[in-house]
Amino acid sequence: MKVYLDNNATTPVSDEVKKEMIFAIDIYGNPSSLHQFGVEARNIVEKARRRVAETLGCDGQEIIFTSGGTESDNLAVRGYLKTTSKKHIITSATEHHAVYNIFNELEKEGYRVTRIGVDKNGTVDINQLKEELTEDTAIVSIMLANNETGTVQPVGEIVSAVKSMFPHIIVHTDAVQALGKLKFSVKELGVDLLSVSAHKINGPKGIGALYIKKGVRIKHLVSGGHHEKNVRPGTENVAGIAGFGCAAEIAVSKIDEVNDILEKLKLKLIKGVKEKIKNIKINSDAEKTLSNTVNISFNNVEGESIIMMLDMDGIAVSTGSACTSGSLEPSHVLKAMGVDPVAAQGSIRFSMGKYTTEEEIDYLLEKLPPVIERLRKMSPLERQ
Amino acid sequence: MEQYSSKVMEHFTNPKNVGEIKNPDGVGHVGNPVCGDIMELYIKVDNKDVITDAKFKTFGCGAAIATSSMVTEMVIGKTVDEAEKVSNMAVTEALGGLPKVKMHCSVLAEEALKKAIDDYRCRTKDEKDNKDNKS
Repeated sequence: MKVYLDNNATTPVSDEVKKEMIFAIDIYGNPSSLHQFGVEARNIVEKARRRVAETLGCDGQEIIFTSGGTESDNLAVRGYLKTTSKKHIITSATEHHAVYNIFNELEKEGYRVTRIGVDKNGTVDINQLKEELTEDTAIVSIMLANNETGTVQPVGEIVSAVKSMFPHIIVHTDAVQALGKLKFSVKELGVDLLSVSAHKINGPKGIGALYIKKGVRIKHLVSGGHHEKNVRPGTENVAGIAGFGCAAEIAVSKIDEVNDILEKLKLKLIKGVKEKIKNIKINSDAEKTLSNTVNISFNNVEGESIIMMLDMDGIAVSTGSACTSGSLEPSHVLKAMGVDPVAAQGSIRFSMGKYTTEEEIDYLLEKLPPVIERLRKMSPLERQ
Repeated sequence: MEQYSSKVMEHFTNPKNVGEIKNPDGVGHVGNPVCGDIMELYIKVDNKDVITDAKFKTFGCGAAIATSSMVTEMVIGKTVDEAEKVSNMAVTEALGGLPKVKMHCSVLAEEALKKAIDDYRCRTKDEKDNKDNKS
């Protein structure tokens, strides 16, 4: 049996999306061309733009297609900073590397960076955030849902707090993990900039979007033609965009249906693990977490060994974040939450998707306990 | 990340010499949870200075478990002096190589071995000193 429980890393492309992409691949005209070949391709791009806009609750004019979440985050933060002389920037301690490392680099480039701490469930401290805001603050970037723990941040409240004190401050949110899993609209949240990506919602890799609220200025990061309102030059990835449009529409239209199923599976997974395995810790019991994500520490064993053993049983899971695999540092997210180092080393992220079944969770619950038992027998931290 | 060699996978899947030795002649304990790996290596040595048994307990990644297993296999049957010359590179080579980011695991295995040998020498020296004092 093959069980894929790493949907926060990426998801399989759905059949509907594939169909639209295959159709779009044959529409080879350049969307910028004036002739009918170009117009045909342009129509595909604009249809997808409307679909993505609709899922985010904004106008098509406010959507810029990019190569994915990472580029959207870079374009948002760096693209905005190019338009202002303000030198103070704020983020949280638990951002995805796509944002986290932008701020690390900006710090080296001379910006003053404030990283807002989180509580034991990973929720950002709004009071600390309020205290840190200044006249010189340019941008606040705080993710909507965390990729490792599923913790949902109170972005709407954050925007209200920021704007009531300093209306000029721009608020960006990385909503890559939230799209299709959490009901939201950019209007409700009130954000100025929001990043999304297709491959987390059963769409293709290499395509994403940045929502730029009407009136907010962003400068391009690479030079080129006039594509995407001069903000993101380069000939559009037409098939990718078509796939994204389709995936976004499906994800948001089925959000309640899928979440109901995932919520039940999540409870089953947590209950099963608690019953069958001792000495574990559920990371993130926040009031609001994504229905698909469960992060559990198995004390006294190390995460990579668990992944490798489960992989031999056909089960795919990950440690905190796929980007952490191969690095020696324990997850900065769990560290910020105050999880102790041994527990952080033994943390596993189970992330389900719309194709996850109850049988698959049963299979996991059958295979996981012996794996943990075996590794604990090898562990010097486990004393009989 | 680079992939693990088949030899690493073999030793990870079926590690040799897992466990502790009761009344060991030497124990090496290295690493800490913050760096991500902890290894404990136990050796049993006969009166001809030959390592007759070696066992390990490891908290760590696949490479850490595989290098622990390999190092115990390599030293059993060797004299303490021979075993001391087993380097991290020799362990890595015997495993068919390790990904670059995992090289520290082989260093840890070498350190655990050296510490177990040091511990053994300390103990035998103490014993000898005790005997000398008694006689």
